[in-house]
Amino acid sequence: MKSLDELAKIREKALKKVSTRNSDKKVRIVVGMATCGISAGARPVLNALVEEVNKRELVDVEVTQTGCIGICRLEPIFEVYQNGEKVTYVNMTAEKAREVVANHIVNGNVVSKYTIGAYEK
Amino acid sequence: MSKELIESILTEENFEKLYEVIEANKGRKGPLMPTLHAAQNIFGAIPYEVQKVISEKMNVPLAEIYGVVTFYSRFTLVPKGKFVVSVCLGTACYVKGSQNIIDEIEKIIDVKVGNTSPDGKFTLEATRCIGACGLAPVMTIGEEVFGRVELSDVSTIMAKYL
Amino acid sequence: MSLVRSHVLICGGTGCTSSGSISIHEKFEECIKKFGLDKEVKVVKTGCFGLCEAGPIVVVYPEGAFYSHVKVEDIERITEEHLYKGRIVKDLLFKQALEGDVIKSVNEVQFYKKQKRVVLKNCGVINPEVIEEYIAFDGYKALGKVVTEMTQQEVVDEIKKSGLRGRGGGGFPTGLKWQFTLDAIGKEKYVACNADEGDPGAFMDRSVLEGDPHSVIEAMAIAGYAIGASKGFIYIRAEYPIAVERLEIALAQAKELGVIGDNIFSTDFSFDLEIRLGAGAFVCGEETALIESIEGRRGMPRPRPPFPANKGIFQMPTLLNNVETYANITQIILNGAEWFRSIGTEKSPGTKVFALGGKINNTGLVEIPMGMTLREVIYDIGGGIPNGKAFKAVQTGGPSGGCLTYKHLDEQITYDNLVRLGSMMGSGGMIVLDEDNCMVDVARFFLDFTVDESCGKCTPCREGTKRMLELLNKICDGKGEIEDIARLENLAVNIKDSSLCGLGQTAPNPVLSTIKNFRHEYISHIEDKKCEAGVCKALLKVTITDKCIGCTACTKVCPVDCISGSRKEMHVIDQNLCIKCGACIEKCPVNAIILK
Repeated sequence: MKSLDELAKIREKALKKVSTRNSDKKVRIVVGMATCGISAGARPVLNALVEEVNKRELVDVEVTQTGCIGICRLEPIFEVYQNGEKVTYVNMTAEKAREVVANHIVNGNVVSKYTIGAYEK
Repeated sequence: MSKELIESILTEENFEKLYEVIEANKGRKGPLMPTLHAAQNIFGAIPYEVQKVISEKMNVPLAEIYGVVTFYSRFTLVPKGKFVVSVCLGTACYVKGSQNIIDEIEKIIDVKVGNTSPDGKFTLEATRCIGACGLAPVMTIGEEVFGRVELSDVSTIMAKYL
Repeated sequence: MSLVRSHVLICGGTGCTSSGSISIHEKFEECIKKFGLDKEVKVVKTGCFGLCEAGPIVVVYPEGAFYSHVKVEDIERITEEHLYKGRIVKDLLFKQALEGDVIKSVNEVQFYKKQKRVVLKNCGVINPEVIEEYIAFDGYKALGKVVTEMTQQEVVDEIKKSGLRGRGGGGFPTGLKWQFTLDAIGKEKYVACNADEGDPGAFMDRSVLEGDPHSVIEAMAIAGYAIGASKGFIYIRAEYPIAVERLEIALAQAKELGVIGDNIFSTDFSFDLEIRLGAGAFVCGEETALIESIEGRRGMPRPRPPFPANKGIFQMPTLLNNVETYANITQIILNGAEWFRSIGTEKSPGTKVFALGGKINNTGLVEIPMGMTLREVIYDIGGGIPNGKAFKAVQTGGPSGGCLTYKHLDEQITYDNLVRLGSMMGSGGMIVLDEDNCMVDVARFFLDFTVDESCGKCTPCREGTKRMLELLNKICDGKGEIEDIARLENLAVNIKDSSLCGLGQTAPNPVLSTIKNFRHEYISHIEDKKCEAGVCKALLKVTITDKCIGCTACTKVCPVDCISGSRKEMHVIDQNLCIKCGACIEKCPVNAIILK
């Protein structure tokens, strides 16, 4: 070990690998992963979210999965919880998921066209 | 009883291994304990013949080595049985009735605590806490651990080894 | 870059390993592959979660779902339902992790909620065999700070200011010890770690070494810098194979990364560490005996002074602390002495880890801020006494400590308070006893232990404890005289005053405290020849109750023919002949025969 900087670098790299184990995060993305969700293609969506969050080093974002959200016809679905508010995105694909991470999570702009509200209109 | 048993472990191969350990520990500060640990692992015991070799090679009086070997419970003068049955008598296990379990095993294998059966098959030990207090009472046979042992389980457990 | 979205943490502590966590680990790997999740889910072996009673334990993050008593057969379901489909398998969760329909994460479970994890902060969170995970949780940052920014005296001052006291038993101020060793003059100096955790019923040091070995290695390097030592020894008991292995792996990784070795952080400071195995002698937990053992002799204590701070290993100034004490050091350096003082009480700052065991629902390891009451630990965290039995006593401090009763339940847990009540902190064993435990028998158990483990060097301990044990045996066998209580007390005081080391000086404590708090049990053993708890066999009687249907089955099995009575009439046992073999009890078809 040569310097504190070297240590800090190792730490930064390692932190990404263990951040999953910190459950006090600010943003939670919950993907519906029941049978309906999986068959509709939730798995690539989930993987895209995890990949994107990791790539952008969003340490304060937790990606987790849940069972059936209840609106199977709109699967794959994921919900973003932030500051006590919830935004539901429906009919997701891996590409759309990446877009949501970039616009909503990183820049704070809800991608209204994909939300359940827009879809139900 | 165990003369043959002791002779069976005093192989040339084992002594070769011991010489290597003694050589490797040269120049190390306080080398006796690590050497004895290695000897116990290699031979399964540290009988007189082994002590003598250690004494000569390391230039430590035999009496001192004997003193150390007999002081620590991990070191033994005779090899242990094929199956070492240990019952934990740590506080947590004791208050949950491990003494009764030992008594039961004594009856089943006809060996008193601290002894080895004449055929060299079983050694029965009462150990101090092995740190698995959450599973009290605990017993081990060789590497296998049995937790939350009920008195009625003992005969079933032992049956596998008889 | 890894894409892992979920971590499965499997407890690899001794408790859970004994209940089969290794095969659970293998099965998880297998199932995860089967479901094609091996790129998304990572299985991690961690240190002890502390709740050994519920073992084997598996925690799945990010949800923090807390599965207990996991069996190999359950793994496929957890993998399919939880990891694949995202549905937590509620019926396999730890029962307190499920309130109605609400799933609570591991941190919200009552057992953990009241705890304050400083020493155990990484246990059950990181993989102890991967140094990067330790570094991710601020590992080796404290060492870096110390060697690059602080002087030796500044480090010692920080520890002094923190008020940290030795967690091994006595509670000596750690900072003072460091100061003495820093001030001592010697050609060489040593740092040593006492990991010879011998108290039956205490296993916190083992858990720290198994779950977070680097925290001890880092702290020893800090200590080495502070007192000017370049060499350290960890003396660990050979009975802890998992801890030894983890420590060896951790040490090798630390050396490879250069946090242990020459010119650490490019400074002049170099530090080397060596692991030495104990060989099964309880007395080696005493500091001077430990030093003798490292030097390759019988582990017999030396008279003090000179103290190890002046003449320790190989007659050189030596700093000796135990595992839990070291595990506090990095936290104090990183967060400051003020932070540390904000936890616990004024004279006993910080936290203490206790090994909860005996007759209690949640056996396991708990870390609490000092000053919490016994009641909170036993009932709120420990979940009370199982099977509806009544609480009788709590034994703290192992063979050096004493038994406290319900009267003391609202007392605060601090070093000085426990001593005042006639017990001590010790290394932190906390064994709960219920109405089925006989206090005379418990005292005898501890005396039996100390007699066994007395090294034999000084007479009061060697002979005195033996005499005390004989008296206790006499009482338990129903041959006690009322004077024996005074004899025990007299011997106890003499042994305490005149023994050479801590083992002898504290050996009479279990007897003294049980005489003080449970004198009536001694008296009923001696005068009424009765053991209320039904433990002391010699005092028990086999009797036939009026449930007897007169089937005569018992008369046929009795080896000494002491049961009389004719068909369809109640039978009677001749107490003078009965050998209490219990054959009749087993034979009785209506459970009419009892031992009491």
